[in-house]
Amino acid sequence: MGRCVYCGTNYGAIFAGTLAEIKERGKLIIGTEPTFPPFEYVNENNEIVGFDIDIAKKIAEELGVELEILNLPFDSLIPALMSDKIDLIVAGMTITEERAKVIDFSIPYFNANQAIVVREDGNFKPEKLEDLMGKKVAVQLGTTGDLVVSEIEKVSITRFQKFTDAFLELQNKRVDAVVLDEAVANAYVKTFPKFIISAVIDTGEKYGIGVKKGNTELLDFVNSVLSNMFKSPYDLLVEKWFEETK
Amino acid sequence: MEAISVVFTNLPFLLLGAWDTLKLTFFAVLIGLVLGTFIGMGRLSKIKFINIPSTVYVEFLRGTPLLVQISIVYFGLPQLGIQLQAYPAAIVALGLNSGAYIAEIVRAGIQSIPKGQYEAARSLGLTHWQTMRYIILPQAFKNILPALGNEFITLTKDSSLASVIGVTELMRRGQFVITRTFQTFSIYFGIALIYFIMTFTISRIVRYIEKRMAVA
Repeated sequence: MGRCVYCGTNYGAIFAGTLAEIKERGKLIIGTEPTFPPFEYVNENNEIVGFDIDIAKKIAEELGVELEILNLPFDSLIPALMSDKIDLIVAGMTITEERAKVIDFSIPYFNANQAIVVREDGNFKPEKLEDLMGKKVAVQLGTTGDLVVSEIEKVSITRFQKFTDAFLELQNKRVDAVVLDEAVANAYVKTFPKFIISAVIDTGEKYGIGVKKGNTELLDFVNSVLSNMFKSPYDLLVEKWFEETK
Repeated sequence: MEAISVVFTNLPFLLLGAWDTLKLTFFAVLIGLVLGTFIGMGRLSKIKFINIPSTVYVEFLRGTPLLVQISIVYFGLPQLGIQLQAYPAAIVALGLNSGAYIAEIVRAGIQSIPKGQYEAARSLGLTHWQTMRYIILPQAFKNILPALGNEFITLTKDSSLASVIGVTELMRRGQFVITRTFQTFSIYFGIALIYFIMTFTISRIVRYIEKRMAVA
């Protein structure tokens, strides 16, 4: 478990969001774009819920502080982290080289496989990314789908703020396919059988939690919480009885 | 039909957003009116120290996108040590922006009053400020009321841009409902209708005040 090594000193006051400062203010502020079910979305009671939110709750719980969630558009999350509006980005954000230049990422916690979604009644049923060559594709701005499709040659991309708008474009037959994260695509096609997932691409990329560059204390803490979450009760037993006695 | 009922089931949720939109617009217009009145007068000033900054203000805020201004206030100011929450940041950005437009409206309003009014007031012994306060501005206000109403309506719609910094006004709440229900089209249509009801009401109120002032 991470420990607040510098609690009680002024070390944490240098920049916002260090462990000491989070504990002092008594809350962990995370940023997310709650239009990405089932990872994060707003339920009927106006609460932000989802897979990522439960992970964030766990981190706050381990820190012994309250969790505050700031809702922001996806492409505003990194600026918000850099301008100290938030301590962490927990938003199903894929770890990419580009992003890692400006922010730090935790250890990966989810596979960012991409689904190609097409109209069920159409003739176009791509099986791999290359099949999208020369086609029109809609994606959500700044997402992994956007990045993967952007690398295909001769593809015409329309980028939307919301993935639901991308689907509207597909429904209106202005694009041939939508590329987005598999888990989100699954939830959507379940509601709308007029769309089908024609292929799932293993991008080898994964989601990570975003931390401000240089804030290693918080990064280490998040990593320790995540790796503990990955451990099964069995793993914990092994650790307890074999590793700690070493 | 689900596409229609989804709007009704989520109406309370959306209306809370509409209320936020109205508050956002109201406070922004308030800031805009105060700023705009002074900057509008500043634009007509013969003193360079007042005239030049006023002109620069109007040209800059009118000449850059509101979306960029909102992002600067929210994400840019923290670099200078000014941290604003999303809601106040949106009010400030919208207020500063509408200040520029209202300044131009006020300037035009003052210029619409015949010069003789000013000269007459001054020759009666009123100071420049007294003349502005009691003679020119009240008459100018009557003339610019339709233009102000127009600005109020524009601002109501433009406040939807605050959704980019996470203000949960009508547009943002609509997006939340869409991702929960996936009923993209009907929710957008519902939002449009709510915006229209708000702007139409504003337009009626302005019209009513106009009529009352015409009598007075």
